[in-house]
Amino acid sequence: MEDTFMFAVLTLDATLRVSTPLIFCAMAGLFSERSGIIDISLEGKMLSAAFIAASVAAVTGSAWLALVAAICVASGLALLHGFACITHKGNHVVSGVAINILASGLTVVLGISWFQRGGQTPSLPSSARFMPIEFPFTDALNGTPLLGTIYKELLSGHNILVYLAFLVVPLTWWVVFQTRFGLRLRAVGENPTAVDTAGISVSGLRYRAVLICGLLTGFAGAYLAIAQNAGFVRDMTAGQGYIALAALIFGKWRPFSAFAACLLFGLLDAIAIRLQGVHLAGVGEVPVELIQALPYILTVILLAGFIGKAVAPKAIGQPYLKER
Amino acid sequence: MSQNSSTLPRWIDIGLIPILNVAMALLVSGLIILLIGESPLEAVQIMIQGALGYDEGIGYTLYYTTNFVFTGLAVAVAFHAGLFNIGGEGQAYIGGLGVGLFLLLADDSLSPILLLPVGIIAAGLFGAAWAAIPAYLQAYRGSHIVITTIMFNFIASALMVYLMVNVLIKPGQMSPESRVFLDTAHLPFAHEIFAWMGIKIARSPLNISIIWAAICCIGLWLFVWRTRWGYAIRSVGFNEKAAVYAGITPAKTIMLAMFISGALAGFVGVNEIMGVHHKLLLNYTAGYGFTGIAVSLMGRNHPFGIILASLLFGVLYQGGAELAFEVPTITRELVVVIQGLVILFSGALAYMSTPWIEWAYGALSRRQSSAGQGEG
Repeated sequence: MEDTFMFAVLTLDATLRVSTPLIFCAMAGLFSERSGIIDISLEGKMLSAAFIAASVAAVTGSAWLALVAAICVASGLALLHGFACITHKGNHVVSGVAINILASGLTVVLGISWFQRGGQTPSLPSSARFMPIEFPFTDALNGTPLLGTIYKELLSGHNILVYLAFLVVPLTWWVVFQTRFGLRLRAVGENPTAVDTAGISVSGLRYRAVLICGLLTGFAGAYLAIAQNAGFVRDMTAGQGYIALAALIFGKWRPFSAFAACLLFGLLDAIAIRLQGVHLAGVGEVPVELIQALPYILTVILLAGFIGKAVAPKAIGQPYLKER
Repeated sequence: MSQNSSTLPRWIDIGLIPILNVAMALLVSGLIILLIGESPLEAVQIMIQGALGYDEGIGYTLYYTTNFVFTGLAVAVAFHAGLFNIGGEGQAYIGGLGVGLFLLLADDSLSPILLLPVGIIAAGLFGAAWAAIPAYLQAYRGSHIVITTIMFNFIASALMVYLMVNVLIKPGQMSPESRVFLDTAHLPFAHEIFAWMGIKIARSPLNISIIWAAICCIGLWLFVWRTRWGYAIRSVGFNEKAAVYAGITPAKTIMLAMFISGALAGFVGVNEIMGVHHKLLLNYTAGYGFTGIAVSLMGRNHPFGIILASLLFGVLYQGGAELAFEVPTITRELVVVIQGLVILFSGALAYMSTPWIEWAYGALSRRQSSAGQGEG
């Protein structure tokens, strides 16, 4: 009993840690896609941000400076995506693929040129990272059964970006559903002509949406490189940008549902890591690959309309041509 | 996918603008090399020398080209139906599984003459099947093919890891690889064929798959532009509603286009598994599926353009390897950067230069016509 409880708490604790970048990215994608811009370049932006964060932290020793640099780079790529999709009416998916491939190549090319470590950045000291924050009274409450453990292991002891990710979700909901900007954002993704007729710039709104998207992917990248890990390794995002995209679709482009999907996918990941090589009675060795592929399989099943229906914003992927 | 609404003559639209786009991509790549602190001109020299300067280099270049022709054609045929198949990577992976499973089962029982055609069919069928599921979901359930093919890439990769580690691994070894196929199931290498003819060339992975790639180019051209099925595919890609009025069923056409697309991507498995590695292993697709996107965009979805673009990428891949060897500060991933830039400039920003060229062309033709009037 005690063991099962501890196992559950530690698995949930790991879930929070692996879900954090997914949450940032899913909320980032939500802003972009709600405005009508398909964003499959979450992966590339997060990877670039992670690389820059690790590089800046290694050179300056400041985690905050690194975070700012990560946000700048991710926003720069977001603007590039906007430039291609909004200004030049290019294909959103093509632009996204270009950014992803560019990021996966450039991070290695620059990494080797700058640090000569085969694409890795130097290992960071804890002063240059976001370190776990211990809540007060963890030791005092440690004696309390259940609650004490949950408080110490699950709630306390994460870095600031984890807590921030959990704040971003209600914030996203508030911005998208409770503000004038959010109303216009959703309108421009559903019916840009109506927004244009009301005298509001479609391009302006969409540029603001992709910028917010860039900002949030910057947080995700910084988290990977200087909070969860102590440096950058090549291709360290390992498809998490796509998982976040899947979570966004799984959550039907709604903040709290997407958040729940991120936690679910994070939980699957945490379980997969813990079950590696474990034999379960009756089942034998659990195929870890199956658990790792589950987020993708679930998303495909959802998209096919077998679990409810995921309806994308109506004008998504279509360039807006203003009549002259 | 072609949106030529411009008033420009054809040679500018299909000749000058694509070249200009690639030139911009290469220019930015040159700037990145400068940023690293190396000379772009020297880099180009090393790359061309490494890719085309001697027989081994040429062999490698053409071997890469073979893969890019398959994946480029795969992306192109889907583009013609208005579909974006990002799943070439996964389809190539599963295509390799198809030919690999077939050879593991039948390399000792089937006549060697039959192994190649049936191997091609196995690779094509497996690739096509892996593309058929997203195609079915797009055609009949309305789920977006871009998302499903991305997901299927990851599912393919997980499936392959599972199969190689748990099922197909040769007993008694650590690395997840199958047993080596019998010698009779190896496709002849180019250096072997030349040796039979008495010409000695250096060893390279180039094998007779390249002939199959050439056949696929011609076949696809005939299919897309000379058959009613190709007409149906292009109609659906151009205007789905109009296609319905022409008596075409979009859903069936989508299935057909993706089936062919998946089969073409699957043929990468013939080159890699049957031609080069001679056993099943992990990660042999090495991003060729994604390069197919760049190749197709650069070649304007036409087999002839795709051959040119595949050659260029073959040169970049082989030359890039050579460059990484010669210049320690530059890595092979530079080619990935160039690939990304080509997709950006030839794809997403394909029409960035059009207004400028229209302006320049307009100014030039006005001057010419006014000069002509002056003479007359």
